[in-house]
Amino acid sequence: MESWGNILLGIAASGIRLATPYLYAAMGETLSQRSGVLNLGVEGQMLMGAFAAFYVAYRTGSAGLGLLAAVGVGLLMGLAMAFVSVHLHAEQGISGIGFYLFGLGLSDLLFQKLLGTVDSVQGVPDAHFPLLSDLPVLGELFFRHNWMVYGAYALVPLVWFVLNKTPWGLMIKAAGENPHAADSLGVSIAKVRYATVTLGGVLSALGGASLSIGLLKIFQQNMTSGLGFIAVALVYFGSWRPVGVLLGALLFSLVNALQLWVQVLGLPIPADFAVMAPYVLTIVVLVLVVQRARPPAALTKPFVRE
Amino acid sequence: MPTSWRARLVDLLYPLGAAALAFVLGALVLAALGVSPVEAYAALLRGAFGTRNALAETLVKATPLLLVGLGICVAFRGQVINIGGEGQMIVGALLATALGLAWPDAPGWLLIPLAMAVAMVGGAVWGGIPGVLKAYYNVNEILSTIMMNAIAVQLMNYLLRGPMIDPVQAQRASQIPQTAALNVAYRLPRWVPTRLHLGAALAVLLAFAVYFWLWRTGWGYRIRAVGYNPHASRYAGIPVKRYTVLALVLSGALAGLAGMVQVYGVNYRMITDGSATGFTGGAGFNGIVAALLGQLHPLGTIPAAVLFGALLVGANAMQRAVQVPSALVTALNGLVVVFVVSSEYFRRRAQRRRLLEQTRATPPAPARGPSPR
Amino acid sequence: MRRLFLFALLVGLALGLVACGGGEATQAPAAEEARPFRIAVVMPSAINDMAFSQSMYDALVKLQQDMGGPAKLEFVYSENMYVVDDAAAAIRDYASQGYDLVIAHGSQYGSSLQEIAPDFPETSFAWGTTVDTFKEMGIDNVFAYEARSEQGGYVNGVMAALLSQSGVIGVVGPIETGDAKLYIDGFKAGVLATNPDAQVNVNYIGSFSDTALAAEAAKTHIQAGADVMTGTAQMVVGAISVAKDHGVLWFGTQADQSSLAPEIVVANQVYDWTVALKPMVENIQKGVRGGEAYSLTLANGGLTIQYNPAFNLPAEVKDAAQKTIQGIIDGSIQIPVGGE
Repeated sequence: MESWGNILLGIAASGIRLATPYLYAAMGETLSQRSGVLNLGVEGQMLMGAFAAFYVAYRTGSAGLGLLAAVGVGLLMGLAMAFVSVHLHAEQGISGIGFYLFGLGLSDLLFQKLLGTVDSVQGVPDAHFPLLSDLPVLGELFFRHNWMVYGAYALVPLVWFVLNKTPWGLMIKAAGENPHAADSLGVSIAKVRYATVTLGGVLSALGGASLSIGLLKIFQQNMTSGLGFIAVALVYFGSWRPVGVLLGALLFSLVNALQLWVQVLGLPIPADFAVMAPYVLTIVVLVLVVQRARPPAALTKPFVRE
Repeated sequence: MPTSWRARLVDLLYPLGAAALAFVLGALVLAALGVSPVEAYAALLRGAFGTRNALAETLVKATPLLLVGLGICVAFRGQVINIGGEGQMIVGALLATALGLAWPDAPGWLLIPLAMAVAMVGGAVWGGIPGVLKAYYNVNEILSTIMMNAIAVQLMNYLLRGPMIDPVQAQRASQIPQTAALNVAYRLPRWVPTRLHLGAALAVLLAFAVYFWLWRTGWGYRIRAVGYNPHASRYAGIPVKRYTVLALVLSGALAGLAGMVQVYGVNYRMITDGSATGFTGGAGFNGIVAALLGQLHPLGTIPAAVLFGALLVGANAMQRAVQVPSALVTALNGLVVVFVVSSEYFRRRAQRRRLLEQTRATPPAPARGPSPR
Repeated sequence: MRRLFLFALLVGLALGLVACGGGEATQAPAAEEARPFRIAVVMPSAINDMAFSQSMYDALVKLQQDMGGPAKLEFVYSENMYVVDDAAAAIRDYASQGYDLVIAHGSQYGSSLQEIAPDFPETSFAWGTTVDTFKEMGIDNVFAYEARSEQGGYVNGVMAALLSQSGVIGVVGPIETGDAKLYIDGFKAGVLATNPDAQVNVNYIGSFSDTALAAEAAKTHIQAGADVMTGTAQMVVGAISVAKDHGVLWFGTQADQSSLAPEIVVANQVYDWTVALKPMVENIQKGVRGGEAYSLTLANGGLTIQYNPAFNLPAEVKDAAQKTIQGIIDGSIQIPVGGE
């Protein structure tokens, strides 16, 4: 029988891994929402990225080329979303749902026509740090993950830095809070939003790739299974701050890892209720922790110069 | 503002043209797959409108879209985004089904309205929770409704394989997660031999009711005012928080009713395949699309729901007729949504241009104060 | 009022289309002897899901070959029909198109079938997986079919118990119902009959599609000490991939999963639906339209244990498995789940 220490270790390591795809997608969504664009098509972008990465890695045997393919596809999907929401002022929620359906269908269609069946790839390898990876507890917890996991966590300080310490961050926040004032100061709202939404697409696609060639090394139709929508929810959980989003992703993932253990240990709780736990807890935590944040003032509002 | 008939017809051309463009792109993919696009689209049209039964199926599909869409109209007017239609449908359906099973020998005329009421209460509670969380705890409704959807699915799975399982199935080894069938007397009347049921007519009636409520009653006015300008509304003495909750409660109630209609009008029992979509058919999401395509107007949502329902029903028929992967159909649906919503831009631009020409031609009309749309 | 107008116009448009569309295209009845047997099947997931739907698709392809190609047997399918009322519409449409046999390949479709079948007394229907033919309700044109998946589950369980060093075995399932529950219950029984001290940890992840959670469930099992795993439904491919990464042995079911991880897949319980489909077709050709229930079992060859040739299975384990299969076939082993 496993010891409690072992179980806690398992939960922590699982949680760290599970948070990976959420972090990629949610960091992209944070940037895009901070600039005033709600992208509900994250799930579709993730699926397209997951497929592109898998397919290229499968054909070429190179995970690097796979990642590049995900970036390319994410760029296209992001640009399309940016064009529709920034240029054509389309209602963002609805066009996002459109892009979700498009990505869901197209990734599946390509999967059926180009691959035909579920198969596996080598994918991105697990990290091995000399000494560190062999540490008894810490090694397993922190130093033996897939490289995609480290990428996800590296994004958090990066996005934080960009948002809070660079002129780009200032422009992004201005575009999301008061686009008219920013515009009058010479900031091109369109350019800023194009950049964030496109980058959001790239990051979502990488999130998909972190599943298909990172953690799972397979592709299956609809493999993200609602993950992209959770990522969007986590941006709200984190009040549009990278660190808050990180905490949300970790909380959700840790509880999810915990519920897996609840079942493995055979605790007398119906599986359905165990599966429910992360969703319930996410809401409960938000109720207990008093929320002061409000969304970026111009979120979902297309910018029209007056 | 006076707009000529011709201008209105031109207005309609934009979304239709956009959809056509999406279908042209789809045709290229179809051709690449070795399927005749003409044959495929003919099958789609025939499958959606071609026969009495096809038309009935389209309307059956459109019914939950319309009901959810009406709820979306109310919520959006109150400036809240309700992505929780799926969960609200499920909870409404669960409660209505539980009532029908617990009281199996009531007269239909009594039980059906009661089941509707119960379903609306269920949906209202499932929508009301995010409403209260938003109004009083500042929890964003996009987050809470997404989470509430997942919770509802697991609740349904638990109930249908546990407490509410069909007693026949409970004894079988395979234990199919479904409830017992409802009493035949509880079925919504149908237009035999099709599956078109009373729920469709009810949904249309409700569309008019919601329209009337939003634009002709004080409550409706205040919801719109809160959505239009919460600060001014607060200043004017409207309890903004209460109206935020009300918007989500009503939105949830209508979605809950959509769930009941699916059980009492279509399936006659509840069955789960483990996912929300298996039961709702995605109406909780697609209803949002229908409402937005209908310009967030209750009456505009009627044709939008019918057209979207037609697309969904016709697409399945297309899969059957020319054996294209269902994935293509999903992608095509997405493309249509993106294109149609984008076409708004061109429509509005044309409208503006027209207005400009008009104002140049005629002296300016007396100015009217701003009013909530 | 602009929108009211819009509405009226669209309704008019729709009605116009109906008028243009005209009646249903009538099918010219072909000469009886030249006409192939026509099957339509409605499936809940994709034909390449490496699980439930693929097993039926593969069976139809095989049946077509066995019967002499498309000239003798035509089949069409609707995949990903997870929306129950969409499936009902598809079933009704196929029936009205005059297919000889319409298969509703999903236990969630039964309710719809019960309603549709009486409207098409000339058409045969089949419903799986179940034993219900609705005969007692006076419906005589529905066949039923099921897989006694607990049998192969039991055999897999016996092998798993013998191969496990740690005595801990992990199972990943979707939701605790239907075919998944049967298989998993049988598997558990097989393990415990072989090694009463073994520990079988079961994880139902609440979804048929969440590949990522299935993978993490597998990792959890490994963390808890499992060195042999199994699982059922289409999302387990995620778990198989994890098993492969960690060198943990895997037992498959529903379809042959060896190709996904040849180094760790020990054996698969494979469904061969032709065992149920063939007698159905024969019955229909004789004029019997329904009322029979068919089971895939180890005895009738509907279920087979396919050993992965790339995996070096110790001879004594294989012997034990073969003996178990024999025991189940001759009735000396009774599996304490499933069955009537």
